[in-house]
Amino acid sequence: MSQEQTQNDNKVMTKKLVVVVVIMIAFGFAMVPLYDVFCQITGLNGKSNGLAVYEEQEADMSREITVQFMTINKTDMPWEFRPVQTQIKVHPGKEYEVLFAVKNRTGDEMVGQAIPSFSPNLTAQYFNKTECFCFNQQTLAAGESEEMPMRFFIDKDIPARYDTITLAYTLHNVTPDDESLAAAQ
Amino acid sequence: MADHKPTGISRWLFTTNHKDIGTMYLVFSFIMFLIGGGMAMVIRAELFQPGLQFVEPNFFNQMTTLHGLIMVFGAVMPATVGLANWLIPMMIGAPDMALPRMNNWSFWILPAAFGLLLSSLFMEGGAPNFGWTFYAPLSTTYGPPSTDFFIFGVHLMGISSIMGAINVIVTVFNMRAPGMTLMKMPLFVWTWLITAFLLVMVMPVLAGAVTMMLTDRHFGTSFFDAAGGGDPVLFQHVFWFFGHPEVYIMILPAFGIASAIIPTFARKKLFGYSSMVYATASIAFLSFIVWAHHMFTVGMPVQGELFFMIATMLIAVPTGVKVFNWIATMWQGSITYETPMLYALAFVILFTIGGFSGVMLAMTPVDWQYHDTYFVVAHFHYVLFPGAIFGTMAAVYYWLPKWTGRMYDEKLAKVHFWLSIIFVNLTFFPMHFSGLAGMQRRVPDYAIMYSDFNMLSSIGAFGLGLMQLLFAWILIKACILKKGEKATDQVWEGAEGLEFTHMPSPAPYHTFDTPPKID
Amino acid sequence: MSLFRKLALIVASFSALLLSGCGDDIKYNMREGVTEISREVYDLHMIVIWVCVVIGVITFGAMFYSMFAHRKSKNPNPAKFSHSTVVEIIWTVIPFIILIALAVPAVGLLIKMEDASDSELTVMVKGYQWKWEYKYIDGDDNLGNDVSFFSNLDQKSRDLSVNSGSGFSGIEITDENYLLEVDNPLVLPVGKKVRFLVTADDVIHSFWVPDFSVKKDAVPGFINEVWTKVDEPGIYRGVCAELCGKDHGFMPIVVKVLPQAEYDAWYAEKVAEAEAGPDLNERTMGQLMAEGEAAYNKYCSSCHMPNGEGNGPFPSLVGTAVTTGPIEKHIDVVLNGVSGTAMQAFGNQLTEAEIAAIITYERNAWSNDMGDKVQPQEIHDIKNGGGE
Repeated sequence: MSQEQTQNDNKVMTKKLVVVVVIMIAFGFAMVPLYDVFCQITGLNGKSNGLAVYEEQEADMSREITVQFMTINKTDMPWEFRPVQTQIKVHPGKEYEVLFAVKNRTGDEMVGQAIPSFSPNLTAQYFNKTECFCFNQQTLAAGESEEMPMRFFIDKDIPARYDTITLAYTLHNVTPDDESLAAAQ
Repeated sequence: MADHKPTGISRWLFTTNHKDIGTMYLVFSFIMFLIGGGMAMVIRAELFQPGLQFVEPNFFNQMTTLHGLIMVFGAVMPATVGLANWLIPMMIGAPDMALPRMNNWSFWILPAAFGLLLSSLFMEGGAPNFGWTFYAPLSTTYGPPSTDFFIFGVHLMGISSIMGAINVIVTVFNMRAPGMTLMKMPLFVWTWLITAFLLVMVMPVLAGAVTMMLTDRHFGTSFFDAAGGGDPVLFQHVFWFFGHPEVYIMILPAFGIASAIIPTFARKKLFGYSSMVYATASIAFLSFIVWAHHMFTVGMPVQGELFFMIATMLIAVPTGVKVFNWIATMWQGSITYETPMLYALAFVILFTIGGFSGVMLAMTPVDWQYHDTYFVVAHFHYVLFPGAIFGTMAAVYYWLPKWTGRMYDEKLAKVHFWLSIIFVNLTFFPMHFSGLAGMQRRVPDYAIMYSDFNMLSSIGAFGLGLMQLLFAWILIKACILKKGEKATDQVWEGAEGLEFTHMPSPAPYHTFDTPPKID
Repeated sequence: MSLFRKLALIVASFSALLLSGCGDDIKYNMREGVTEISREVYDLHMIVIWVCVVIGVITFGAMFYSMFAHRKSKNPNPAKFSHSTVVEIIWTVIPFIILIALAVPAVGLLIKMEDASDSELTVMVKGYQWKWEYKYIDGDDNLGNDVSFFSNLDQKSRDLSVNSGSGFSGIEITDENYLLEVDNPLVLPVGKKVRFLVTADDVIHSFWVPDFSVKKDAVPGFINEVWTKVDEPGIYRGVCAELCGKDHGFMPIVVKVLPQAEYDAWYAEKVAEAEAGPDLNERTMGQLMAEGEAAYNKYCSSCHMPNGEGNGPFPSLVGTAVTTGPIEKHIDVVLNGVSGTAMQAFGNQLTEAEIAAIITYERNAWSNDMGDKVQPQEIHDIKNGGGE
């Protein structure tokens, strides 16, 4: 094998390996959507399905599941935030509505974002929200308060071992700070 | 062409010679080893007894972070790349690495990368302080300003490693002498080839992880921030997808080294060559599907925990095969105990102890008690210090006479070995106990019930630190002062392989300009 | 010969581990703990250790035998074999079988540990840099959210740690619960299945109580579930197990497990406290300064230092803009934190009285001498929207 031939082979192989590297970089980033898909399938970390549509169906009246609602404020979020009903008993297949009360106690307009999380986390895949404040950011003026609705139903094929579902919302302060506001203008 | 060697500083700056670059890698990694070791001394001094006596907690965290990063990326990895550079062309009968200019770049990126990383110590807010695993959001929202230098440094280290790995793969596939089939290659070449594939696959993922960190910090993305729809746990998945194969990147070359040294001093062929190759390949494969065993406590579904537990435990099978093969190689051999052999045997025994604690850690229910305690610290130091680093030391003692043409001081080397083996166990064995008793990792201060073990560990660590200065003296004596008897061409009575049978000692600057004949 | 010495060392260490495992001494081994699960975990741990010891003795035994019997002076002519399919298959299959045998009990135990259903009490555990918050969520139709409190490292450990001298001749600390004591422990009833919902405010923490064999990461923005059922009343101590910044080593967990009646009494008292509302009584300058110094040392001094001069990334409070500027800004910083820095929002963490005292103290301590003060009532009004 001539030296030129070897050098040529080396170039070809190097190029192939560079392609592998590029693919793996892409894979690194692809882990983000893959993880989301994985979470949606398994309900890991409460990444529940997006908006669901409720189809009229017969509820499974033989089963009763307790759904607890919990609210968590990040420390930098001074709003009052609490579930109006802290706990309800539901039948799978039936649609329910609950309310969450929120009040901006500060003297400034603020924006909040609630992020849901389920426990046991696998129950998220059976929990379908037909309406939820958590799909949007909430803007409240100074002193404003509101009761935010959340409508949901639980799949009838939820395994029997789940008798309690806890749904926790963590409220984050996503108010644009003064600097980024200034930068945007 | 005569054995022409350029001189002066430009020889080192512009060299494309695999032996020069190998030397530079080894020297660089040794310097990093001493710097990272110095940080370990600070850590152990602070942990000598309860209370805060030497440094404050924030600086302590900077020390643990930099110690980890420097030892992993600055000491162990460049050392094995240095060995690959020196040895692979000689072992497969090639004149040089396939891509000599890239080889030069991949080395010279490293001092820049670590210069950046170390300079962060002098910056306002201090060096990175979030552990070498840099979990978000501690490293993103809560990281010090120097985190950006850390990110850039990691990018550079990644580029360097990837270039080095590409070079090894191309060299092994295209540059073998006629007749040197894949299944005839020395096992060191095999383990490095597999290591190189791991590097090419996972270093880009690490680069992706730090890039996401960078955009989270400065460009408003929220990959790892729940407020924007991200998830901090995602970071751990991405990191450990890199991080677990990384463990094997550090240890596989040491497997190759042991597989070269034990047959030489047992004067017997390596037992089960092909099963060694397959075992290495299966370890590498399994390393891609076990990453989440580092994260059993983050709240995974039970099915996921079961999968990662079983897959992790399976790694013990090919690893066991390797250990048994080494023992079978010794069996009915004719063994002598020169320093490289001592290090190789210590490697087998102590690495296996690290393997045992690895099996324990793999079992999810008990891992919940071990996780993030000193038991884990003991485990990975057993596989890294008496594993990867003893392996590298064995290699240095074994091939040094071939590189320099002179034997090292065998008496001093034996002292180095015996004291190292005592101190390494004194340092790391008590950590099993402090971990089981409940001492968590990465703390500068601890409850008084862990005092005795920590004092033992600290004394051991100081001794171990001193031993590395002795190692430096042994190397200086052999390489720079050129004291020591001349080595024979074969160096060791039982040595095989092209580097011992086909060239004089020291190995000439250019070897195998015409390929050797392999039968 | 020295090889045998090393073997002896290793064997000795292992047997120390095993012997202590037989006794009650928790110093050398994992503790058995006080729950059914923790005892099963301990048993599994001991099984794995013994399996490893047996394999280790066989493997290293063969190795040491070979090292001794097959050395050159005894065996000058090495054997020639280098391959044996049968042997290689045997030592692939046997470890495989052993591992499966180990995995079986582990799988069963894991599934049991992950089943938090039918719990009788739920407690939310929230990690902060560097303290824990516990919130009792009643099991029945009223979640109440009445009882919640923060749990900080006790002041004694904090003082001991900082004042332990320097160098190797440091002061010997003899306090048995050094770094393992808090101001407000978590209180649980004995014999009830308690579910913890673990989360965090800022970075990832990990809630670990070794005696319960409970360790779960507290991930900001998400809740994780873990449960325990404690068999005996007592005080159990744990720590944060995930690196969470500077004071990671200084946020212990103390759980006080009480008989049901005592627990009920404690709980009723806490509810009454919560219903009484915050203490907003007017205070004199002297009272504010005294309360402020205590609260400052508890919540602020680990970053801003006892002398107020700050440390590294944590700014000085002596003669600087916030503490000697307009008091409104000072109150805002303490209540709402400074985003993008380690300065937390203390508005929901401390009482009105504590915040008022701390601010007054900061403005008048050291050489600040601003002379102004703020009352708990004012803080209360600002927090509830009256600030402008």
